[in-house]
Amino acid sequence: MNIRISNGRLVDPANRLDDTQDLFISNGRIVAIGRAPRGFAAQRVIDAGGCLVTPGFVDIATHLREPGQEHKGTIASETAAAVASGFTTVCCPPNTQPIIDTPAVVELIHHRAQQANSARVVPLGALTQGLAGKVLSEMAALKGMGCVGVSNAREPVTDTNVLRRAMEYATTLDLTVHIQPRDAWLGRGGCMHESPLSTRLGLPSIPAAAEAMEVARVLMLCEATGTKVHFGRISSGRALSLITEARQRGARVTADTGIAYLLMTADDIGTFDPAYHVQPPFRGEEDRTALRQGHKRGDVDALCSDHQPHNRDAKAAPFESTEPGISMLDTFVDAVEGGRARHRRPAPGRGFCHLCAGTNTWP
Amino acid sequence: MSLALQTDSKGRLRHFLTVEGLPRSLLTEILDNAERFTGVGERAVKKVPLLRGKTVINLFFEPSTRTRTTFDLAAKRLSADVMNISIETSSAKKGESLADTLRNLEAMHTDMFVVRHQSSGAPFYIAQQVGPEVSVINGGDGRHSHPTQAMLDAFTIRRVKGGFDGLSVAIVGDIAHSRVARSEIHALRTLGVSDLRAVGPRTLVPTGIEAMGATPYYDMEEGIRGCDVIVMLRLQQERMDSALLPSAHEYFQLYGLTQQRLKLAKRDVTVMHPGPINRGIEIESAVADGSQSVILQQVTHGIAVRMAVMAMCMGNQAEAGE
Repeated sequence: MNIRISNGRLVDPANRLDDTQDLFISNGRIVAIGRAPRGFAAQRVIDAGGCLVTPGFVDIATHLREPGQEHKGTIASETAAAVASGFTTVCCPPNTQPIIDTPAVVELIHHRAQQANSARVVPLGALTQGLAGKVLSEMAALKGMGCVGVSNAREPVTDTNVLRRAMEYATTLDLTVHIQPRDAWLGRGGCMHESPLSTRLGLPSIPAAAEAMEVARVLMLCEATGTKVHFGRISSGRALSLITEARQRGARVTADTGIAYLLMTADDIGTFDPAYHVQPPFRGEEDRTALRQGHKRGDVDALCSDHQPHNRDAKAAPFESTEPGISMLDTFVDAVEGGRARHRRPAPGRGFCHLCAGTNTWP
Repeated sequence: MSLALQTDSKGRLRHFLTVEGLPRSLLTEILDNAERFTGVGERAVKKVPLLRGKTVINLFFEPSTRTRTTFDLAAKRLSADVMNISIETSSAKKGESLADTLRNLEAMHTDMFVVRHQSSGAPFYIAQQVGPEVSVINGGDGRHSHPTQAMLDAFTIRRVKGGFDGLSVAIVGDIAHSRVARSEIHALRTLGVSDLRAVGPRTLVPTGIEAMGATPYYDMEEGIRGCDVIVMLRLQQERMDSALLPSAHEYFQLYGLTQQRLKLAKRDVTVMHPGPINRGIEIESAVADGSQSVILQQVTHGIAVRMAVMAMCMGNQAEAGE
């Protein structure tokens, strides 16, 4: 089967390509860009005028809500949203109900993903059983079922000894430990960034230090154990600089942030708009600038959607009582493009390079 | 946005959710109207017919004595039909959402809601839900705002001091958790108080208070020195349990308002407290009951101020007293 995709805006960060060109596919493989190979006869021509043609994006944090919260989203509905937005692989964190701490749950997710037959779903397994921070999960079994890493999601492992052992054990199995850094106590119960606006609104707040402190604690263990650590959803400049410094010293660390953190600040909450209630919270202008610069320099290794679909009622309450998180897959490309236009990024297509495997830096 | 939600196209008050963003002229109008309503309570027949035939629901998700009672009285003196609904008797405990509770009460053709809620911003949410004919008055939301309390305090200050220009006002205590303090800062700054101080330990004076227009003072004596007005805030026991303070005893040692300390303020200093007071924790009885205290007048003024706000929101800024 020969397919010609014509008139699309072809973006391929690995080849530094961002141009209106045709793409030629033969038997599921790209055989040429621009001009048709000799003797190529297209059985199917797709007019991609006004569309982006890109490698399939990979999202490192997509909350699929299944199992356990099917009223918010299902593997079928969210993977459909993913492919519609250019994502062909999505990685889901383990904080489902039940938690992804047994092979059975992984199997269920694979099964549903196969039934849905759209995006590829790669789960993260739980770092500790029930994400309770006490007993290690059966990481070998989880890896055997296809988990690509382990994580305690938003639940900090408060017992530092357990955290150390969990990291060592994961390293034994060559599993990357994904950390969403949050101090267990500082800012507990908070729902927005600690700032003059949180004082003004009288909302319980979370200082930026709550993130940087946990990053520092994990980095100490990371450097001692040699664990591969990926920090997810970094929201503050201080946390990012700690990670960057550790990497320069040779620690095996990477970091991502949600696309929304490059675009929003705490001030967008305005007068209690629950659409902007997210965890970690949107922070100040300085943090946003630091994340953007980190993204530009390659200190931020990946952008992710941090997609968290909700039922309508989840956001229909006074701010504090609403559930954090926003749906981001469907607006991701617009956010990348809009952000680029607004901030005059130098290289075209640059925004996409953090979404495609193996192209995390733009030369 | 606060202003847009609270006022109609002519700039008249529609909801009263926060003092923040309201112009000085509107705050002065509230005070002037309240002044006219003070006479009502002193007459044999304590009623004016401004809200006759209107239904007011006091919807309190948090316990309250003073605020609920004075709103109740204010509505009754305006001849409204009043219903008091508190959390203990409501269906919110049965799992009904705030939006559903509201829709049900609105379906009973309520004209005005007075809402107290433990979540900051809840009255904003409610004001966005109700129909265009319904007014919402904030009776206190979380740590955010308590606008009628701020206005009755401003009213009391204006009565005692004659105005706001050139005054030094110290708000002392748990600023961090106080909706009264926040509203008072907005109100007094808008009305012209230039020297506004937030006094307390660093655990209770929140970051960014300067951005609201108050100067932080961490030393009580410095904080009240030369002040015209001292507003003491209630200290709650739970502050000791959440590692903000070691003990009520030490708090009183450092920040309690005593007769001795009161001498540091101006000779004619006025002492205020939104109540309920904790004698011997934030304020000495001799001060609370002393000649410079206007704590009980504040309560009385609360009725007139709440009448003014209710009448204005209902579009009846008519003369009181006919």
